[in-house]
Amino acid sequence: MSQLDTHSAAGGSHQPGDPTADAAALDTDRSPLLERLGGRIRGGDLGALPVIVGVVAIWAVFTVLNGVFLSSRNLVNLATDSASIGVIALGIVFVLLVAQIDLSVGSISGVAAAVLAVGMTQLGWPSWLSMGAAIVVGLATGLIYGWIFVRFDVHTFVITLAGLLTLLGFQLWVLSTHGSINIPFDTWIVRFMQQMYIPKIASYFIMALIAAAFLASRLARRVRRLAHRLPTHALTADITVALILLVALEVACWYLNRDRGISAPFAFFVVLVFIAHFALTRTSWGRAVFAVGGSVEAARRAGINVKRIFVSVIVICTVLAAVGGLLDAGRLAAATTSSGTADVNLDAIAAAVIGGTSLFGGRGSAYSALLGIIVIQSIASGLTLINLSASVRFMITGGVLLIAVVVDAVTRKTRAVHGRA
Amino acid sequence: MTTTLADSRAVQGEVLLSLRQISKSFGAVHALGGVDLDIKAGEVVALLGDNGAGKSTLVKILSGVHTADSGTVTYRGREVTISSPADAQKLGIATVYQDLALCDNLDVVANLFLGRETKRFALSEEEMEQEALQLISELAAKIPSVRTPVAGLSGGQRQTVAIARSLIGEPSIVILDEPTAALGVAQTAEVLNLIERLRDRNLGVLVITHNMANVKEVADRAIVLRLGHNNGVFDVVSTTGEQMVAAITGATDSAVTRRAHRRAAHDNEVQR
Repeated sequence: MSQLDTHSAAGGSHQPGDPTADAAALDTDRSPLLERLGGRIRGGDLGALPVIVGVVAIWAVFTVLNGVFLSSRNLVNLATDSASIGVIALGIVFVLLVAQIDLSVGSISGVAAAVLAVGMTQLGWPSWLSMGAAIVVGLATGLIYGWIFVRFDVHTFVITLAGLLTLLGFQLWVLSTHGSINIPFDTWIVRFMQQMYIPKIASYFIMALIAAAFLASRLARRVRRLAHRLPTHALTADITVALILLVALEVACWYLNRDRGISAPFAFFVVLVFIAHFALTRTSWGRAVFAVGGSVEAARRAGINVKRIFVSVIVICTVLAAVGGLLDAGRLAAATTSSGTADVNLDAIAAAVIGGTSLFGGRGSAYSALLGIIVIQSIASGLTLINLSASVRFMITGGVLLIAVVVDAVTRKTRAVHGRA
Repeated sequence: MTTTLADSRAVQGEVLLSLRQISKSFGAVHALGGVDLDIKAGEVVALLGDNGAGKSTLVKILSGVHTADSGTVTYRGREVTISSPADAQKLGIATVYQDLALCDNLDVVANLFLGRETKRFALSEEEMEQEALQLISELAAKIPSVRTPVAGLSGGQRQTVAIARSLIGEPSIVILDEPTAALGVAQTAEVLNLIERLRDRNLGVLVITHNMANVKEVADRAIVLRLGHNNGVFDVVSTTGEQMVAAITGATDSAVTRRAHRRAAHDNEVQR
């Protein structure tokens, strides 16, 4: 993939003494793919590798223990169950990137679920208003956190710990007289979470579209690089990767379509991940987020409004937590006093870290929410299938989180040694 | 001198920035009391002074971190006020701080353009990469790849990136705070080359340094501050290091000169 395309280099109009050509010649990072990958791994730049290895290992173990695990039916459920905590984990990725944390995402999701249920059943609000109100609660929470953070410079660890308790109290108060409120099955959010799937024929087209979009973006980048007389990858590499992607997506799609197919909530989550990835990697706001995570002082000196970046990131996290709460309420068709408590917080944070987003800031990707939540849901689903209780699930998830954090810390040190920070 | 690289707006030797009677106090501490300073296009000015002489305060006033209590700042004949770093940037004054302020996790291109990325709808990575390569090669600087994270670069290379970054906004004045303080011999030489290339671009360069050897090598003029006041402007070619040290310490009889005399006397004795 990284082979220098000799055709394009020869075809480019490099005159001797052309500054860009001279500088390109200095560029030594041109070894073949595997060699470069090996160098990156030795240098501590693991990317998504550990988590992919982890998923394969977990799936292999559970398939051996119980053949049902890899069935279409179970994988469809697994994907659907990933959506709500996955969306929350995506929010966590944003705050981790600026080396902050939000410990109250579970409580925010619980409050959002409670507001939705009370709005729809007790107050007779329409769906959209109840959902809007829940999201406004998430937004307001984020703005308050953000204001306290930039005004008083208190670490978000403490702010959100206080928020966790406060919001839990608020959730209990909202649900005070009932304890648990059922949401009618004919409401939009419940149908969206429980019954909506991408039509099977459409799903094949969508997968082809995704692969085509991937190829198109690679080709567009190639054209731009040639136009700016920069070295490019081999054209065949781009096409090969796109073809592999196409086949993988279509096979996965076919396998899920043997059962109910790709659920709407999972598709919604994946679309959010795509949007987040674009925002983080292709906009100046995303660049600023990484810069703040790398060095607050450097970002400030570069003219970045650091406070605004912090507040925006914190608000994105709390709003996504509220959205996750809505999805969770729809999935259960209920909001209870235990919505969003117990393991939601830690599952979401664990998913982001297991997926490869560093706790130390400045390093990670939106995709880590997707990969991480698949690990966590796989463990949950597999242990349920082999009839192990929640107690064992907590212990195993805890162990996996510990491994992920250790991998994060070790690779950070290795990176420091190899000068890749 | 290569004129192709030069900033076409400024004429060589034109006074870009002049400070007159700049004063600044922090409470009861008078950091600066009536300092004058001129920076000309295509000239390297060394700003010298002992610890607490007011060098940093002066630089911070120029870069908009502090505002002067009194005195005038004239930029190319026009009186201006620099009340924020953004003001300084708009005027074309770029500052490279001693701690460089780079983001280790971002690559060279991202660091160069941080806070002022080229974009249309999405970031124009290719445009920025090409410009970065162009700039690095114009400065004849050695960077392994503009796509490596800055953490992987040596001290001299990091200094190069920081200096290159200061040039992105097409400034007319570059201020360098102790650019060679933490560098080895070869890297120091590279940075000094870089400073000469800035001068060749017809920029006004202000270098804050403690290193007399650097001053003799690269500066055209040296301005000495002592206790917040001007204590002499020296033509570097016709002045000895000793004279400048005397101005910095405020006495011809200081620990530095005494040491030099002692050594000279010792050498004479040995010769005899």
